[in-house]
Amino acid sequence: MNYADLFRVTLPETALEVAALVVLIVDLGFLRKASLKVRVTVAALLGVAGCGAALWTLQASYGAGYSFDGALVLAQGGYVAVAQVGILVLTALTLLLFIDSIFTKHVGEFVAVVLMAASGGLFVAAARDLLVIFIGLELLSLGLYIMTAFAKSSGKSAEATLKYYLFGGMSAAFLLFGFSYLYGLSGSTNLYWIQYSIGESGTNPLLYVAWVLIVAGLGFKVAAVPFHLWAPDTYESAPAPAAAFIASVSKVASFALLLAIGGNLLMPGGPISGQKDVVEHYLRNEYLAWQPLGLILLIVAAASMIVGNLAALAQVSVRRLLAYSAIAHTGYILLGIAAQRAYPGVGSPFQFFLSTTGPAFRSANAVLYYVLTYGLTTIGAFGVVSVVERATGSDRLDSFLGLHKRNPLLAAVLGVLFLSLAGIPPLVGFWAKFNLFAAVLGVSAGPVSFALVALAVAMSAVSLYYYLQVLKRAYVMPAVDETPIKAHPVTMGVLVAIAAAVVVLGCFPALLQGWIESFYLIL
Amino acid sequence: MFLILHPNSVSLLAYTIYLSFAGSLVLAVLPKGKPALARWLALAVAIAGLALAVQGFIAGMGQGRTVLIDLPWVPSMGIHFLLAADGISRVLVLLTGLAAVAGVLFSWNIELRTNEFFALFLALIGGVYGVFLSFDLFLLFVFYEIAIVPKYFLIAIWGSTRREYAAMKLAIYSFAGSAMVLIGLLAAYTTAGSHSTGLIELAHANLPVSFQMWCFPLVFTGFAILAGMWPFHTWAPTGHVAAPTAASMLLAGVVMKLGAYGCLRVGIALFPRGLDPWGFSFIGIGSWRDVFAVLAVIGIVYGALVALAQTDFKFVIGYSSVSHMGFVLLGLMTLNQIGVTGAVMQMFSHGIIAGLLFAIVGRIVYDRTHTRQLAELETMHLSKRLPFAAWAFVIAGMASIGMPGFSGFIAELQVLVGAWIAKPWWALAAGVGVVVGVAYTWRALQKAFFPDVLPSAHVLEQEHGHELAAITWPEVTGVGLLTGVSLFVGLYPKILLDAIEPAVKALLAGGVQ
Repeated sequence: MNYADLFRVTLPETALEVAALVVLIVDLGFLRKASLKVRVTVAALLGVAGCGAALWTLQASYGAGYSFDGALVLAQGGYVAVAQVGILVLTALTLLLFIDSIFTKHVGEFVAVVLMAASGGLFVAAARDLLVIFIGLELLSLGLYIMTAFAKSSGKSAEATLKYYLFGGMSAAFLLFGFSYLYGLSGSTNLYWIQYSIGESGTNPLLYVAWVLIVAGLGFKVAAVPFHLWAPDTYESAPAPAAAFIASVSKVASFALLLAIGGNLLMPGGPISGQKDVVEHYLRNEYLAWQPLGLILLIVAAASMIVGNLAALAQVSVRRLLAYSAIAHTGYILLGIAAQRAYPGVGSPFQFFLSTTGPAFRSANAVLYYVLTYGLTTIGAFGVVSVVERATGSDRLDSFLGLHKRNPLLAAVLGVLFLSLAGIPPLVGFWAKFNLFAAVLGVSAGPVSFALVALAVAMSAVSLYYYLQVLKRAYVMPAVDETPIKAHPVTMGVLVAIAAAVVVLGCFPALLQGWIESFYLIL
Repeated sequence: MFLILHPNSVSLLAYTIYLSFAGSLVLAVLPKGKPALARWLALAVAIAGLALAVQGFIAGMGQGRTVLIDLPWVPSMGIHFLLAADGISRVLVLLTGLAAVAGVLFSWNIELRTNEFFALFLALIGGVYGVFLSFDLFLLFVFYEIAIVPKYFLIAIWGSTRREYAAMKLAIYSFAGSAMVLIGLLAAYTTAGSHSTGLIELAHANLPVSFQMWCFPLVFTGFAILAGMWPFHTWAPTGHVAAPTAASMLLAGVVMKLGAYGCLRVGIALFPRGLDPWGFSFIGIGSWRDVFAVLAVIGIVYGALVALAQTDFKFVIGYSSVSHMGFVLLGLMTLNQIGVTGAVMQMFSHGIIAGLLFAIVGRIVYDRTHTRQLAELETMHLSKRLPFAAWAFVIAGMASIGMPGFSGFIAELQVLVGAWIAKPWWALAAGVGVVVGVAYTWRALQKAFFPDVLPSAHVLEQEHGHELAAITWPEVTGVGLLTGVSLFVGLYPKILLDAIEPAVKALLAGGVQ
């Protein structure tokens, strides 16, 4: 065991943990008598600095990662790095939106928990060993439970936390149970060895059990139907920065994990080095082992799209609406992840899985693109909701009445973000969807994929209705109260920057796509 | 710089798009409370767009397809920012320019949130220009969707009768249609495997016939929803009626043309084999072509009959649009030179005439009388009190029913001839629609302006105290512009036909030039 290696690989996580400690020391040690405003600002900025430091130490190119006993534990570079950069940037944005918050007096603790949860996210994105995956997930989840509960004076917050926590505990148990089957089938906790030995020994009905259990556990994390019941309550009652964090950072980390479990074999350190025919043999086997997972994911994806979009139609709370819309978006993304494994069984699997222009890469790219831009947009959406909520005392649809008069800039940001979520060009949400669906069809052009993509497109047309319900109140319906809504300048700045990014990335889709691809090219 | 502005330069046409969006942005950030400034700015942008459109039309005379700009947009997927224009595009861009100017003129009295109104108006116009000039399917779709969102807000904020319902209905119909188009786009892109979304590349990709057979009806229906094809037309009358005057002028004038244009440029050009016979026939219907032609004919007759029964003046015009757009779709389904040319001609002609009719009903009459009920208008003696409106409607009505000398005549004639060549009974059935068209137009004209009962001297005296507001200069200019164009094209159709015919010929011959 080489601790120097481990330290080198976990530098970003370490930076976050150090920042969390610094925040605690500064807030509890030096700022006890300072006003809440000063404390929030200092703590948030220290947290952002911590994210910056972690970004600085992050290795973008492929590295050896950290291996133990010849098996890769933590991967480094490539799409792992894309997800990690996304996690850090989104965490920093969440912290900047926190500056305006008044829901808690325990400022230092909140920021520290956010940073620790983010470091859990970094682990989840990189982990290639079942035990490390589980520990990373628990680190992330515990942080999320605590964040949800932070509005101590709110009974709803407590209720939401309890639901979230109980569901979460249950799903962790499912996940662990599923992992135990995988271990039993393969005799290893390393993802690559599991893939390899299961592939060699052929399919086994127990494998289905394992995958179902694992999908139940991870489906909870990404709020996929039928494991989504916690999401509306949590989104509705958690403090706004916590909800934004759950909707964005936690999603990025969990989807990066699903990409890895879904079988991205592109990391050095797995057993796939050597002759091309050895690799092809291995890839074929591995495809057989992973086929059931793709099927389960397709079912969950279709259910999420339908339930999420239809349930969102009936919501009167904008936060609940965002929760159901998040479930729907999860459905689209899972479609992409399922397609990543949809190797048709003919043709060169080498070309399919390992070529940087091959279909597996393309769908992984499209998934990352979608998750990152969705995370960005949804943080902005929660930022707008929290500003409106503070001014009106509620997140009901009717509290958005006349927003275009009360704060035209905020209304414009809301318009851009919601239209992007609905997938209207030229905003980034449209491109993300187009790219994802094109990737799904590019991978497998069978009737099942066509049907599912058609369902997804039809469902996004449905989603326009509920996004328009919010915009209708902001722009169309008469205002009840015309007093201006004021927002903290930092909050406003962040929100405008997010909206601008949504427009710019949408008009020039190749920017972000090229950026994501650039991570693969520094092999 | 000199080169770009050279009067013969065809690539100037692309600036219609940029200019409209730039104008929209400027208007959006313009300080509130200066409606006059917003109006003049919008008019200036619209006139500049029209000038560019006219310049592009003249410069493009005798030319085939000219590429305006071609930049790689998303290289990894072969998506290009490709703007080009052929004869069809140039004619429709010209129509858009005219409709934009007329729309601004007839919105001169908008006082509520004036800058926002014109900002959305110009964004819609910019999207429409974009659709007509895109030769990349992805880009075309982007502009198509950009044109949909402003429509919702224009109707929902500035509209009248059941505006929120109508706006939402229109938005949902539009998005259902565009979802179908998007599925077709994705399917064609992946099936072609050419790694390009260019219309020409896709047309030459030799898509399998079985694929075209299911993709064609999907995409065609998706676009045809916006063209008001029966039975997906119901958004159109409610939308037109609820919309503010300028928005209904644009809806009928250009937005429905977007749908028809998509049917032609994407549906027919990319999936020509989708129109092939199925190999079996059921009650005389043996191909998608028959299906859509029958739907078009039903639209023509049904729209006309329903228009005959309306009590709301604006609904009469709304349903007449469904009927007239049926001619466009019928013309497309003839698949012969004269019929398709007639369809494009009808797009132009209906764009002008429908705009004029909506302007008279919605702006000139309704804004003064505050009613659109024919029964109430009957008692108002408008021919005496608003002679300008009455005679403008007489002219517009004549153009609408296809009197020789107006643009509608040559367009509908060509469609009918084309339909006769394809299948005579299509032409016969559509001819019924023409006859009913005369009936509902004269009925509306008589009820609204020239009722049987002449007012007694006493009544006239009473009304003397309630003078209707005088006709303003923007109204006169707008009516003059639109009737002038319809008359000019009617008397000298060659000017448009010279542009349309070669483009249609090329399109029918091999997808796209």
